[in-house]
Amino acid sequence: MTGEYTLAAACGVIAAVLLELLVLRTGLFRDPRYWVALAIIACFQLLVNGVLTCPPIVSYDPTQILGPRIACAPVEDLGFGFAMVTTTIALWRRTASTRGGGP
Amino acid sequence: MFGRATYLVLMAACLLVTLPLELVLKAGVYRRPRRWLAAVVPVFLVFALWDWVAVRRGHWTYSPRWTTGIELLGLPLEELVFFVVVPTCALLTYQAVVRLMPARDRRGAPR
Repeated sequence: MTGEYTLAAACGVIAAVLLELLVLRTGLFRDPRYWVALAIIACFQLLVNGVLTCPPIVSYDPTQILGPRIACAPVEDLGFGFAMVTTTIALWRRTASTRGGGP
Repeated sequence: MFGRATYLVLMAACLLVTLPLELVLKAGVYRRPRRWLAAVVPVFLVFALWDWVAVRRGHWTYSPRWTTGIELLGLPLEELVFFVVVPTCALLTYQAVVRLMPARDRRGAPR
């Protein structure tokens, strides 16, 4: 059965992608620098996720997640993190392009 | 570990580890406070709300052993700190990459 966190994380990823493609339109997904940054951030996210979920500092209801875990954290966390990080960087780029401030 | 301060210490460590990106690589995130706020505040509000709903729907819980127990706006203090610290670290990483990788236009020429 699909848990609510699974659905929420999937919706978060889709919402973040649509926000960039339809609203903010900063060209983020065509910029290799974004993907390089995302790869680096993902490595550190796994580290932080591990510290948060291995002891555990944060515990998940097993009925709300798919089941697979990476570094103790449910895979849904990767979607949560992707949505948060992508939206932050897109907003940052958007502010630059509207104010002409450059990167 | 650090007992009930553990989660907060982790957040402090994130800020400490990424600080050289600003100081050495000149990421220029902390030096642009208005632009930093414009990116971080909306993300903070949306994801803190997500967290607030998720806690009330029972998606996840926080261990009293590793957290201070201080709550603000119905969320652990640590979570509110998380939604400022993690987007900030992401921006520092992105800006560091921008500093190290020159932008190229579609023909591949440096911009």
